[in-house]
Amino acid sequence: MSEFLQLAFSGLTVGAIYALIALGFTLIYNASDVINFAQGDFVMIGGMGTVFLMAAGLALPVAALIAVIAAVLVGLLLHRLAIEPARGASPVTLIMITIGASIFIKGVSQILFDKQFHSLPAFSGDTPIPVGGATILPQSLWVMGTALALVVALYLFLEHTLVGKAVLATAANRLAAKLVGINVALVLALAFGLSAAMGALAGVVATPITLTRYDIGTLFTLKGFAAAMLGGMGNPVGAVVGGLLIGLIETFAAGYLSSTYKDAVAFLMILVVLLFMPRGLFGSRAVERV
Amino acid sequence: MDMPARLRPVLRAAAVMLATAVAGPALTGPAVAADPIKIGSVVSATGPAAFLGDPEAKTLKLYVDELNKKGGLLGRPVELVLYDDGGDANKARTFATRLVEDDKVVAMVGGTSTGATMAMIPVFEEAGIPVVSLAGGIEIIEPVRAFVFKTPHTDKTACQKIFEDMKARGITKTGMISGTDGFGKSMRNQCLKVIGQYGITVLADESYGATDSDMTPQLNKIKNTAGVEAVLNPGFGQGPAIVTRNYAQLGIKLPLYQSHGVASKSFIELAGPAAEGVRLPAPAILIDDKLADNDPQKPVVAEYKTSYEKASGQPVSTFGGYAYDGIQLVARAIESAKSADPKKIRDALEATKGYVGVTGIYTFTPTDHLGLGTDSFRMLVIRNGDWALEAPAR
Repeated sequence: MSEFLQLAFSGLTVGAIYALIALGFTLIYNASDVINFAQGDFVMIGGMGTVFLMAAGLALPVAALIAVIAAVLVGLLLHRLAIEPARGASPVTLIMITIGASIFIKGVSQILFDKQFHSLPAFSGDTPIPVGGATILPQSLWVMGTALALVVALYLFLEHTLVGKAVLATAANRLAAKLVGINVALVLALAFGLSAAMGALAGVVATPITLTRYDIGTLFTLKGFAAAMLGGMGNPVGAVVGGLLIGLIETFAAGYLSSTYKDAVAFLMILVVLLFMPRGLFGSRAVERV
Repeated sequence: MDMPARLRPVLRAAAVMLATAVAGPALTGPAVAADPIKIGSVVSATGPAAFLGDPEAKTLKLYVDELNKKGGLLGRPVELVLYDDGGDANKARTFATRLVEDDKVVAMVGGTSTGATMAMIPVFEEAGIPVVSLAGGIEIIEPVRAFVFKTPHTDKTACQKIFEDMKARGITKTGMISGTDGFGKSMRNQCLKVIGQYGITVLADESYGATDSDMTPQLNKIKNTAGVEAVLNPGFGQGPAIVTRNYAQLGIKLPLYQSHGVASKSFIELAGPAAEGVRLPAPAILIDDKLADNDPQKPVVAEYKTSYEKASGQPVSTFGGYAYDGIQLVARAIESAKSADPKKIRDALEATKGYVGVTGIYTFTPTDHLGLGTDSFRMLVIRNGDWALEAPAR
């Protein structure tokens, strides 16, 4: 039982990080049909930015705040300079643009920061908390708590504010949204900014556990993308469930089956799910938008 | 063109120098009348392996200048013909051919990576020119090739050092958690090959991906394996730091052995307080200030560290040390062969006995072209966020 608990804690921590990235994918996908492959790099910017600002002498909360704002700026610039000029291009083209942006961000961070791994001190110490024979790090609670808070905040924003409803309306039908007077360009920029902020926050809370480096975004992009696909691209609930599921499958596969094949097991599960439910676990049954 | 008269001679000299540089096959070394002895080198001074190749290139230049200041070798100046392969094995091979056919070098120090070295070996073997490689892979010297030597210790040496330490502490059953990257895989295989000689058995053999961020499932499995007395983690990069943190999180009290792959200060920083008590084999240069005064390597390491840091303005690294040993071995071989004939240099290299270098003490034999024993590693333990030398347990 204690082994099961230990694996579950691990899986939920990793899964919560994946879930936050998957949510970022979802937000941008809903607003613009773009799958943003630079999503993981926002995580890196959050983590690396905080590390370097703290090294410059700032306190953790201030450093984290500035890093998140920086990531939002990068997100807005990505939209303004790369996505917006190519509006009207096919989604495939836009996806390629985001891959290019991701490579560009990595290149710049290599020069701006460095090529070494970095870590942040854990927010509430390194003493593991014993729970039912297993242990959990206080930082894991920070990760899960942040993920939960962001999901709730995102839900409230989308369902209970006018701007949030505008995002949903744009997602549902861009032309109709434009016709009723919604500034679609602004909504798109908002989606990029918000998803960058979520990614960067995930980076700040995850760095004490995962460590960070200029190129760590690729890994997060892949896992977050897999989570978003598993849950059903475009569905926020699906993104969260998908992220947690992949985290759990990975750790249980490593713990009970074989650590060599843990990634293979996770991806096999995704393939099986997509084989029977091509739109993911929570994907809409709507026909392809043309 | 109107130009101050005093500048003209300077410009003329510059033009002459430029012409010489373009016409001459190589750019280093002062123009001395005697026919120079040419030593070739191909390292990855730029590209992904630049953190290895850059200190190597700087070290080679520094010590060839040093040789020339002392009057060169056999009364002739030494010329270093240095090429940068940018981390590309194909380029390395092209440069190898150029070194042999155009530059006509008598010996070669280099190959930063195992890949580049392996690509160049056939060229030098065929030409009969000795190579001292600076790469880690054991395949460079196993099987032994007549003209190929190398200076860095191999994963196998590190495994042997670790198992010696385990044996001395009465540990007979160990768990293993290895990275699946090139370094982790190679070291795991080498360790499994030699572990039998020490009467130690592996009870749990786990692995993790090089980019994984959580190793608690694997460590938990090792923790729950009955009879495990120690854990060994062959790995490179951030993986071992996360393993070390997770190890502390799970409260595992067994000794944790890391490899020489993490022998740098950044490992202690990344792993944080969890690194306390971790054991690892490391080269002498890492702990130059803590070496015993009667340690034969102490003066060599101290001299290299001072010279390198003064010349380059950068902290000294293990990798530059490999190049130091490479160029010194070749220089010694030329001196003792009393000839710049490649074949004679080779024979003299193979006869090297007890050369005290930065990396270790080398003794080559016809069947051993690495020539380092486990004494080239020191067993360290991390205490109070710093390296500490471990007294042998026996």
